[in-house]
Amino acid sequence: MILNGYLVPGKPLPLLAPEKNPAWAELRRGFETAREEIAASGADLLLLYSTQWLNVIGHQIQADPKPEWVHVDQDFHAFGTMPYAFRMDPGFAKVYEATARERGLHARTVSYRGFPLDSGVIQALQLLNPDNAIPACVVGCNMYADRAETIVLGKAAAAAIEQAGRKAVVVAVSALSNRVFPRQIDPKEDRIYSAKDDEWNRKILEMLGEGRLEDVSQVARDFAAQASGEQRGKAFWWLASAMGQTNGYDGKVHAYGPLWGSGGTVVSLTPNSAKDRCREFDEGEVQTFTGDRGVLSAAEAARATEPPSPQPPASSPIRTDAAPKPVGAYPHARREGDLLFLSGIGPRQAGTDAIPGGPVRDAEGRPLPYDAAAQTKAVIENIKIILEASGSSLDKVVDCQCFLIDMARDFKAFNAVYASYFTTIQATRTTVEVRALPTPIAVEIKVIAKVG
Amino acid sequence: MNGQIVAGVLAPHPPHLVYAENPPQNEPRSEGGWEGLRWGYERLRKKLAETDYEVLVVHSPHWKTRTGTHVLAVPELSGLSVDPIFPNLFRYKFDLKVDVELARAIVAEGRASGLEMVPMENPAFRVDYGTIISCHLANPAWDKPIVAISSSSAHFDYSNEVGEEEMAKLGAATAKAIAKSGKKAVLLASNSLSHRHFTTEPELPEDMSKEHIYHHGQYLWDMKVIQLMKEGRTRELADLMPDFIDQALSECRDGCLSWMLAALGYPTFPAEVYAYGTVIGTGNAVVGWHPEDAMV
Ligand SMILES: [Fe+2]
Repeated sequence: MILNGYLVPGKPLPLLAPEKNPAWAELRRGFETAREEIAASGADLLLLYSTQWLNVIGHQIQADPKPEWVHVDQDFHAFGTMPYAFRMDPGFAKVYEATARERGLHARTVSYRGFPLDSGVIQALQLLNPDNAIPACVVGCNMYADRAETIVLGKAAAAAIEQAGRKAVVVAVSALSNRVFPRQIDPKEDRIYSAKDDEWNRKILEMLGEGRLEDVSQVARDFAAQASGEQRGKAFWWLASAMGQTNGYDGKVHAYGPLWGSGGTVVSLTPNSAKDRCREFDEGEVQTFTGDRGVLSAAEAARATEPPSPQPPASSPIRTDAAPKPVGAYPHARREGDLLFLSGIGPRQAGTDAIPGGPVRDAEGRPLPYDAAAQTKAVIENIKIILEASGSSLDKVVDCQCFLIDMARDFKAFNAVYASYFTTIQATRTTVEVRALPTPIAVEIKVIAKVG
Repeated sequence: MNGQIVAGVLAPHPPHLVYAENPPQNEPRSEGGWEGLRWGYERLRKKLAETDYEVLVVHSPHWKTRTGTHVLAVPELSGLSVDPIFPNLFRYKFDLKVDVELARAIVAEGRASGLEMVPMENPAFRVDYGTIISCHLANPAWDKPIVAISSSSAHFDYSNEVGEEEMAKLGAATAKAIAKSGKKAVLLASNSLSHRHFTTEPELPEDMSKEHIYHHGQYLWDMKVIQLMKEGRTRELADLMPDFIDQALSECRDGCLSWMLAALGYPTFPAEVYAYGTVIGTGNAVVGWHPEDAMV
């Protein structure tokens, strides 16, 4: 489970020189408050996403059990060195690598002596976990990743925390506005570079203060464009996605202030079960990542990342969390050219696996009364969901193969429900009786549909 | 006075080239790979061996600064350089000398032309892998001091044009400082051309059956740019740079090539193309400008 989420700044001035500017000192105190909260939370994992660790090959996950070095910032070298020795959780890193791969991401763990941890990660770990009481893990930010890929990376983080049974605190290391003074300044005179950036930052902080993390995720692209957000707002996408895509948090802005012109903040977000924790509708919602899209220009890449309707590549397996989980090593559907082939689909409900109309037998194999009409309706509704998630729809179905476990008992009810959906569609159909289906259901249908 | 730039080299820094070569300084071992580019670098090294010079001045995109243009200004730096993107390929023990006098002169000339220049004086600083790779590939003996200049990206954040203007000033300031120093310098612009990477890596990184340009459009841009270099049309190239950067996602956005062309005074003589090849989908050319050859 995730106990708490944080947003912290990456520019290492609160660590290196808090005495040089009151705002830097306030940010340092913000870190301090966060440290106390984390220590009291009982967390056994600190998971960081860093916008300063830029990746090219998928996403890298730090798995060196004890990274140790003396770091000097590329810009702020005059403010001193940052020696570090951290305790990492390589076991968790491996789980995260696996859950990321399961969702179609390219991911790998790295463990090399002398690996250059970035200033943002070093500052966060030094200030949030100074005695290494909690083992940590860090994932990098892919420079080509856009919203879809970053959201999937966040979901994989949540899945890994669940699978590994960790009580985690998740930390996104990122500035708000990231326009900096392109020159040396007297630290005393630091301020947010432009009033416009400051106004945008305050708007975002108002939302975060109300715990509306998913709202921030959904406006992050616009915020980043308007206020030079660091890495196009990826930190918000990752954090919101890892924490469950809701607005049901208690938010606290511990500190906000300038870091060489950029906007730095320490914000904590605690899940609040009393708040509405329904997932927010998100038109950019994705479950798995299907590959990079933009080819020629960054602008094109940004546009192409969120297609108006999901259009998988010409040949690809398709899975959706909105349909029941497959019971074997097969996807829900597979596209070949302009045709979409669905696996045999039953009536089970996504998430709960409940069978509308009831199962046909109990756990010991004793027959139970069941409603074939309700099952048929649920099957067709599931098929609809998968077709729509694949860029097709029920009216594009060209062929149905239907499997009933008891033709004599169920055909009439099945046929009536079928007719209510398919009379106008006029797909070809074959209906056969089979001895059994893999789960306790009475009806399964397999369809072929046109796509595009 | 009488110092001069005796050569300018477009010297890209894919870590793959050092990895493929298995030098003693680099930890990982390989079966080879990217020979086209590596043989090009070999020819460059032969040429530089015949060139009389005292210092390498390198501009690298992987010392990215946003608070001004920074210049290494400590006499000696050593350590282990680990590429944060390809740590599996590049973990290199470096030990180098800096020509602090020339570094300070470049800082002073830059300031005189209105640039924000920052000497880097922290002895624990870890030199970026772009600088190390370009210097290694040009002079693996490390028997000459270097001056390393950061890529100041803040101005490119405004627009490519603003960034280009800054690089033109920085190049001119560098040339002035070298002329006044009385030294003979070789410039290294540590840039790839088109710069769209594959985001996955083959099981064996040096598997050459997997290596090709990311997209044909990138290739066409690379060839166009190289043709301009071969024909000595570097002003035109400078004018095209903002479009090249956007359309080919060129690493020239970090300013190294523009800095060098400005320092060379936008040469009109043909450049020597030592090699072109792709590395994980990006386009890379090793190209030399040798003013003395042009005068013959
Ligand atoms: Fe590079």
